[in-house]
Amino acid sequence: MTSTFLQFLFSGLTLGAIYALAGLGFSIIYNASHVINFAQGEFLMIGAMATVSLVGLGLPLELAIPLAVAIAAAVGVALARFAVVPAGDASVVTVIIITIGASILLRGVAQVVWDKEFHALPAFSGTVPISVLGATMLPQSLWVMGVSLAAILALGWFFGRTMAGKAMLAVSYSRLGAQLVGVPIRRVLLTSFALSAGLGAIGGIVVAPITFTSYEAGVMLGLKGFSAAVLGGLGNGLGAVLGGLVVGIAEAMSAGYLSSAYKDATAFVIILVVLFFLPNGLLGHKGSERV
Amino acid sequence: MTSDVHASAAPARRGGLARALLRPRTGGLGLLALVIALLPLALPNAYAYDVAINAGLNAIVCVGLNLLIGYAGQISLGHAAFFGLGAYASGILTTRYGWPAPGALAAGAVLVGVLAFAVARPVLRLKGHYLAMATLGLGVIISIVLNTESWITGGPDGLMLDDLTVLGWTLAGDHTWYGIVGVTLLLTVWLALNLIDSPVGRALRALHGTEIGAQVVGVDTAHYKVLAFVVSAVIAAVAGSLFAHYAGMITPGKAGFMKSVELVTMVVFGGMASTFGAIVGAVSLTVLPQLLVAFEDYESIVLGLIMIGTMVFMRRGLFVTLLDLAKSWRRS
Repeated sequence: MTSTFLQFLFSGLTLGAIYALAGLGFSIIYNASHVINFAQGEFLMIGAMATVSLVGLGLPLELAIPLAVAIAAAVGVALARFAVVPAGDASVVTVIIITIGASILLRGVAQVVWDKEFHALPAFSGTVPISVLGATMLPQSLWVMGVSLAAILALGWFFGRTMAGKAMLAVSYSRLGAQLVGVPIRRVLLTSFALSAGLGAIGGIVVAPITFTSYEAGVMLGLKGFSAAVLGGLGNGLGAVLGGLVVGIAEAMSAGYLSSAYKDATAFVIILVVLFFLPNGLLGHKGSERV
Repeated sequence: MTSDVHASAAPARRGGLARALLRPRTGGLGLLALVIALLPLALPNAYAYDVAINAGLNAIVCVGLNLLIGYAGQISLGHAAFFGLGAYASGILTTRYGWPAPGALAAGAVLVGVLAFAVARPVLRLKGHYLAMATLGLGVIISIVLNTESWITGGPDGLMLDDLTVLGWTLAGDHTWYGIVGVTLLLTVWLALNLIDSPVGRALRALHGTEIGAQVVGVDTAHYKVLAFVVSAVIAAVAGSLFAHYAGMITPGKAGFMKSVELVTMVVFGGMASTFGAIVGAVSLTVLPQLLVAFEDYESIVLGLIMIGTMVFMRRGLFVTLLDLAKSWRRS
């Protein structure tokens, strides 16, 4: 009884960690530009697929992973530079269409550069399950949780302690105000895309040995990440992490106890219920609208 | 003296006629009817008819969705679910319960109307990205249900339908379906244009401009948002029913997230807050992938680039931007 519960909790935490990283990616870009980047899931896919290819070329994992993260970050910067910046102050819906166009484009590129097959990445440190209080856990799950935690802590340090991070926070509070005190808005925007693309790629890479990856793997991951970000309150980093964990754990529990067919619906049921009662997410500010 | 009057009146009348033709309700509808009537002359084969019919069905949904997105300013990333529910209502009621097709279509429309009305208030209380998320979630949940409850929906394989039979007449064949879809599109456009020109349309535009401003001058914004949501959902359901009968089958993919995205893209691509823009968007994005098949593996790349390019360089959409260009060219 307890062991099955623990089993579901472990897989929920693993999933939740990935959703948290994806959700953080949404929040970072949202803060810097008020854009919801529907191509976020594709960054996870690019990270994983690039790593698979680089390993296939004979590179060791230690080298392939940073390279793949760099590739994803470069794609993120290109996306910002050539699709989001030129759109300027276009309406919310227009920018949503642009990023959806970008996600279709990136999937198309992935299809051509790679293929339509599923790929697996070797687990980082073996596949011998670890036994914890009667439940078992894959070593890769520990990697997922550990790497996610490290990434979240590094982000916390970046936003709290570095000038670049503080500049990004300043832009999220007041774009005009930040601009007046000399924050380079454009560079902040490009950095935010690089950061969230890199973050997404890390998430995609560490989870690839467990879930496999393909050119379409980013779609559902992206939507779950978006749910995580909205659940926690858009633009709230801590909220996105919390949202990701809630979504991941709820999904694992409903897959285990209720029905595995409906596990993908869990995230959206939660989000609807929460938004009906808290229209700004769990940790969101109650905003007032200027007329 | 009298000849002077005539000389000056004639250009004025001509100008009036031109203006009437440019006014959507009078000229646009006539022009659309003309295009729909003449298009078969340019359709060489059954394949072209099939593309035209699918474009027409998408246009019907988009004209409705444009009322919500373009006029009321509320996004929906879940409208394919309403399309799908309409289609499945027709499929399930006619094949499993032996209902007559028109009754099943009406039942689907009523079901979707009631469902949309029930969720509209809490959903439309949300704004911007939260609204996008909620409608997206609603759509995904409905499509997962359609995918999973295979005892009634047929699951991922979908459901086969019989030919559309109305009062003993079996409606089949490309030409018949072209007519049905053409007439339905005209009716939908007529309904939308009348709605836009009515006090309801003014209220919707006011709400799009500034919601609080509209409330201050006494517009019951919640009521009008719900109205636009329900009307657009019911139109989508009717188009879904027609699609199911035309295609002879319905699969859960037609109710999925990607289909919802496709519909929104069509509306925005053509030009928001323009009924004919929505039609142009629906037609071009239905025809485009057919042309892009020539690019084979590069199909998605080209589609993505066109979507980004159009939105970056023609922010207000293809049709609206071109219309403005034409107007300024005429003026100069």
